[in-house]
Amino acid sequence: MRKTMRVIGTTLAATMVLSMTAMAADTFKIGGIGPVTGPAAAYGSAVKNAMEIAAEEINEAGGINGYQVELNFQDDEHDAEKAITAYNTLKDWGMQILEGTVTSTPCVAVAAETVNDGMFQLTPSGSSPSCITNENAFAVCFSDPAQGTLSAVYIGTHGLAEKVAVIYNSSDVYSTGIYETFMAEAENQPFEVVSAEAFTDDSSTDFNVQLTKAKDAGADLVFLPIYYQAASQILTQANAMEYAPVFFGVDGMDGILGVEGFDTALAEGVLLLTPFVATAEDEATASFVGKYEEKFGETPNQFAADAYDGLYIIKMAAELADVNPDMDAAEIGSALIEAMPQITFDGLTGEGTTWDASGAPTKDPKAMVIKDGIYVEAE
Amino acid sequence: MSFLNYLIGGISLGSVYAIIALGYTMVYGIAKMLNFAHGDVIMIGAFTVFIATTQAGIHPLAAILLAMVICTVMGILIERIAYRPLRGAASPLAVLITAIGVSYLLQNLALLWFGSNAKSFKSVVTIPPLRLAGGALIISGETIVTIIACIVIMIGLTTFINKTKPGQAMLAVSEDQGAARLMGINVNGIIALTFAIGSALAAIAGVLLCSSYPSLDPYTGSMPGIKAFVAAVFGGIGSIPGAMIGGILLGVIEIFGRAYISAQMADAIVFAVLIVVLLVRPTGLLGKKIQEKV
Repeated sequence: MRKTMRVIGTTLAATMVLSMTAMAADTFKIGGIGPVTGPAAAYGSAVKNAMEIAAEEINEAGGINGYQVELNFQDDEHDAEKAITAYNTLKDWGMQILEGTVTSTPCVAVAAETVNDGMFQLTPSGSSPSCITNENAFAVCFSDPAQGTLSAVYIGTHGLAEKVAVIYNSSDVYSTGIYETFMAEAENQPFEVVSAEAFTDDSSTDFNVQLTKAKDAGADLVFLPIYYQAASQILTQANAMEYAPVFFGVDGMDGILGVEGFDTALAEGVLLLTPFVATAEDEATASFVGKYEEKFGETPNQFAADAYDGLYIIKMAAELADVNPDMDAAEIGSALIEAMPQITFDGLTGEGTTWDASGAPTKDPKAMVIKDGIYVEAE
Repeated sequence: MSFLNYLIGGISLGSVYAIIALGYTMVYGIAKMLNFAHGDVIMIGAFTVFIATTQAGIHPLAAILLAMVICTVMGILIERIAYRPLRGAASPLAVLITAIGVSYLLQNLALLWFGSNAKSFKSVVTIPPLRLAGGALIISGETIVTIIACIVIMIGLTTFINKTKPGQAMLAVSEDQGAARLMGINVNGIIALTFAIGSALAAIAGVLLCSSYPSLDPYTGSMPGIKAFVAAVFGGIGSIPGAMIGGILLGVIEIFGRAYISAQMADAIVFAVLIVVLLVRPTGLLGKKIQEKV
């Protein structure tokens, strides 16, 4: 810290002043890491924007334990090495708590560093289970495998179907992860999986074979643990072959209504398990969506909601642990790790969310159904 | 019944490959070069129709004509700017590398203009699907149009080459460029004409491809382009009926592979077939036997 101070101080007087205020330790320094440029930029930008909104609100309401929150968000371009660089930059800045990273691959790399520093890490949206294997790492979102299990349970307990077909992307770790746990849980459920067909990124345009098999097997529900772009193809092609089962997706399905040129009437009745939709009508969501749209000119996605909740989760845990900015990152870290399993959090992405020592959240999954071109909560 | 479904699906997919393969095989037969940018011209054609119909509100048929004009102009420009100056180059590799460069240029320009998000292409085909066997077998309008288009193009192209002067000139250039030039044939003009026809066909292929499989992004043409190239080699590169047969066979093999062996292995099967065919018949199914005179 002192060394950094000297370097910065000799280069820029203005920076010096800023750093001096930071030295007075009256603010919590919370870092964020995520892709703000590159192919996954939409996710990182959403997290960055939402964190800004949450920090503003928290600061206006008096901060955490009476201390203001200071944010610093670094770009990792969805790249593991750049994420490590970003993490080191943040440490030099004096980061005490990390909310990040946004995407799974960089998150796993950064998690290997944070555990050595005892830094508390809360990933809003890193959904690979390896993001949170260390004791200092927690997640706001469900892990990929959990989505598979929860989907199977949801379909089973709500009696949505007797015969289920699955179409998944075998070249994608997200899709395969959900598929595997779905199949494992399906054995305990009252429905039968009659067809499970894969496709790959290179063959993600023609689904006639997979759909024909599902149709011939008499599936009345097709489970799609895939992203919305391929799903929009499947819906279009199923319609062309006059096959109309119930389609059931997971959070990757969110966005299907925004595919340019897609006939949204085809998505009517599609169910998806997702923690957040911007059109939900509860007060908290409406307020967040309103602020986000006003400030950034676009509708927030699930990543934004996860990140917004993330900062409030940190606030709740920090208040329970009664930490203050004079403590170093490792001290705050160990206090927060102890506090996390004791909190119960209500937020945009779920009510009554709790954590155990594994770092994974426990909350009721929300199912949404597409009705008249918008998402509404399913019965 | 699902067997028939798969067969028709395979023929439909194969017909698109065949139309694309025609572009590869004609250019190879006449200019002796592989135009790897061909797949990306397909994508440009499809984007032209997408934008013309969704944003400018142009009638789909007019949009297809517009796409053919744009792709034709583009094909001629690519040939004139990127390939012709290199035709005399010492190494044939120079043109090949340039073709790969043009391919990436087109992809990245499309990425810049249209963004990376896949668009859902609205089918231009309006004829209703054909129902057979009491609804168990449904042949979509897109499939019918694709297969008919493939047959019409095949007949038209064969007639053009065998019955017209420019067609005969093409044959002459493909046999021997030097001799053709001595006979008063404008070799550069004929090669430009070949690119023009190939690119116009690419526009049609792009529309048919995206009507059947309605996903459109800057990489849409890339994989079908490679497979159509395989089809052209499979059927015997340089041969027009070969491109047709190669394309349709490849489509059927791909769909059957996906249906009866493994959906994940479908692409591997396609390329394995290519290797086997080349081992058994190095010139492809209908390729000319090359007789080296010593």
